[in-house]
Amino acid sequence: MLKFLRSRMQQGIRTSPFPLGDAGFPERFRGRPALDATRCPDGCRTCRASIPSELVVSDQEGRASLDVGACLFAPEEATACPHGAISFTPDYRMAVRTRAGALTSDGEIRLADALDERMRRLFGRALRLRSVAAGSCNGCEAELVALGNVVFDMARFGVQFVASPRHADGIVVTGAVSRNMRSALQATYEAVPEPKLVIAVGACAINGGPFRGSPEVGDGVPSDFPVDLWVPGCPPHPLTVLDGLLRLLGRLEAPGSDRAP
Amino acid sequence: MSGFDELGLRNRRSIPLAAVPVEAGEAFRGTVVQAVRQGWRVAAFFGLPESQGATRLLAVLAQDERGELGAASTVVEGRYPALTPDCPEVHYFEREIAEQCNVVPEGHPALKPVRRHPPDHASDPIPREVSEAFDRERYPFAQIVSHEVHEVAVGPVHAGIIEPGHFRHQAHGETVLHLEVMLGYQHRGVERLLERLDRSRAALVAESIAGDTVIGHGGAHCSAIEALARSRKTPRAQAIRGIALELERLANHIGDLGAIAGDIAYQPAASYFGRMRGECLNLLMTLSGNRYGRGLIRPGGTVFDIPGGMASEVVDRLQCLRAEFQGVADLMLDNASVQARLEGVGALPRQRCLELGIVGPPARACEVPRDVRHDHPYGLFRFAHIPVATAWAGDVLARALVRRIEVQRSLDFLIEQVAALPRGAIRVECGALRPGELVVAMSEGWRGEIVHVVVTDEGGKIRRYKVVDPSFHNWSALAEAMPGNQISDFPLCNKSFNLSYAGHDL
Repeated sequence: MLKFLRSRMQQGIRTSPFPLGDAGFPERFRGRPALDATRCPDGCRTCRASIPSELVVSDQEGRASLDVGACLFAPEEATACPHGAISFTPDYRMAVRTRAGALTSDGEIRLADALDERMRRLFGRALRLRSVAAGSCNGCEAELVALGNVVFDMARFGVQFVASPRHADGIVVTGAVSRNMRSALQATYEAVPEPKLVIAVGACAINGGPFRGSPEVGDGVPSDFPVDLWVPGCPPHPLTVLDGLLRLLGRLEAPGSDRAP
Repeated sequence: MSGFDELGLRNRRSIPLAAVPVEAGEAFRGTVVQAVRQGWRVAAFFGLPESQGATRLLAVLAQDERGELGAASTVVEGRYPALTPDCPEVHYFEREIAEQCNVVPEGHPALKPVRRHPPDHASDPIPREVSEAFDRERYPFAQIVSHEVHEVAVGPVHAGIIEPGHFRHQAHGETVLHLEVMLGYQHRGVERLLERLDRSRAALVAESIAGDTVIGHGGAHCSAIEALARSRKTPRAQAIRGIALELERLANHIGDLGAIAGDIAYQPAASYFGRMRGECLNLLMTLSGNRYGRGLIRPGGTVFDIPGGMASEVVDRLQCLRAEFQGVADLMLDNASVQARLEGVGALPRQRCLELGIVGPPARACEVPRDVRHDHPYGLFRFAHIPVATAWAGDVLARALVRRIEVQRSLDFLIEQVAALPRGAIRVECGALRPGELVVAMSEGWRGEIVHVVVTDEGGKIRRYKVVDPSFHNWSALAEAMPGNQISDFPLCNKSFNLSYAGHDL
């Protein structure tokens, strides 16, 4: 008992000050990507030829723009541009409400808006989620597990993962949705009582991630699933997920926090 | 014997594919069975599609005591007599060959799907055994038929945040009589992607084979490419890779100890270890910008360096971690009630461990000292050694103790190595791949032996990419360790192996 008490004293309190204080990311951390189109020479398509993801897409006029949802957060995505137009910012916040919301001409995105009044009344103080891994690498799941540790301690916001879809208010889908998980994903979704949320976490769930194009996966959450929150990342940092969830619940509305700096 | 052991094949040293002897069916079978009896181990066994419906079966054999590798092969059409009856450790490889290549190993005692996908290398007509047994929707579970025996099905969607897999228990009251594991839910077609994608995308797929083993698989992938391109990375790059590999081991072993504590409701250790796992991931993030080390390792070396200031900061953080780990490990594993709870649960008999070719900490917990870093040394591990840790009981406690010792040794190793990085560049040129070669890149990931076998065609393109995750071998160990235990101890047993679904399913 004395040993235990001593160790408890030594451990101290380790919970992250999020959302109040500095999250403490190291210098090399690759957060939300940004594009400085003023550096793009006319007609240059170099990045599109060499980038190992679908981060760069062409807008209607054929100019480069970014799909943050497709970003794999690999160093090569920035170095694919020899003119230094693509970079990673230190901003970990990037969850959005719609798939189109992840598209941006410069990297600025409109962070997720809160649910409507009725849904916030239902879920705002206590949200129970069911995790479904479907054709993933276990990276996103590992970060979802980390949300439960003493540092991120998601339960202090009233958000928890539960054992059964019947006890849940929504599902969190990770992975590119493999053919072998397609029907289990459908069954889990149907087992959640209405009204319910669908949250897509990670590049795989958004567009297939590194596995995009493989005949064994469906390139992300099927289009007939009504996704309420998209969380980019490969895998997303636990705080990226937590930030998105709290925005969805209307719990992060400090002035200026609805738009990335 | 066919000279399979005289090819000069070593870990990460490629040889011409043409040098690998091709034997007639019976002779090949004799070579492999005989070699295994003489102490060799099957590290990989897979099909290489040839023209006109023929398949070349290629076995990579490892002699751990001498650090040697060998390769034997035979060409088959449609069917061949299974090796499993005489060489049980290939039982899973032969199931995989049947599924991937449409070849029937005749006389296999349990010819069932591995991942439930259509054949990658389809030949017509698909043999009846393959088409019937390998139906994606139907799986021929072993069943004990008795009115006293009940069946408990778990998964693919589990109670926690866990990857998908299906477990079918045959239980008598509380006691499990038989466990069958059906996987394949995470199958993403990784091997096919690695064969056809360009190099920069392939590196990202390799890092995503198992998201908790980014350094292990990413490093094996890049080393295979480097060997085929004759690219020699600098000592500094080797050191950084070795450091990252040990950081990955720390994070996962500490996390596993915490998860075992959580499963027996010993909350203090679960919380403390859970937090310390995060400290290790944050060290990887300091190095690479990502908590799992993504983006650090690429063909030719590493993308990021460890400058002097960062090295001393990392050493400080590791020293702090070493002191904290010691305290919590003592708190948990010196506690008599924790020991009593873990002792004798999920024991894997040493004999079965050897027969099934189990690798990594579950093997070392059965006093089988297999460790690629020691047996087939590479990179930093040629110059700096980590003693192999073993335990003898083969139960959950033994697997926990092995992890505890490995964490301590990796911490000591890291503190020494980070402070003494060799000078030099971090990345060198890595050009075109040599045509018609075979390379075996092995690495000791935190779960055990990772094997990447790559064969190039005449044009220097990748013809076949074979990945063997340690979980490929070790899922059989879980099924072997479960019978006789209470069904309520299944999560604890499963956690003590902590196998990868994604790494198995590919």
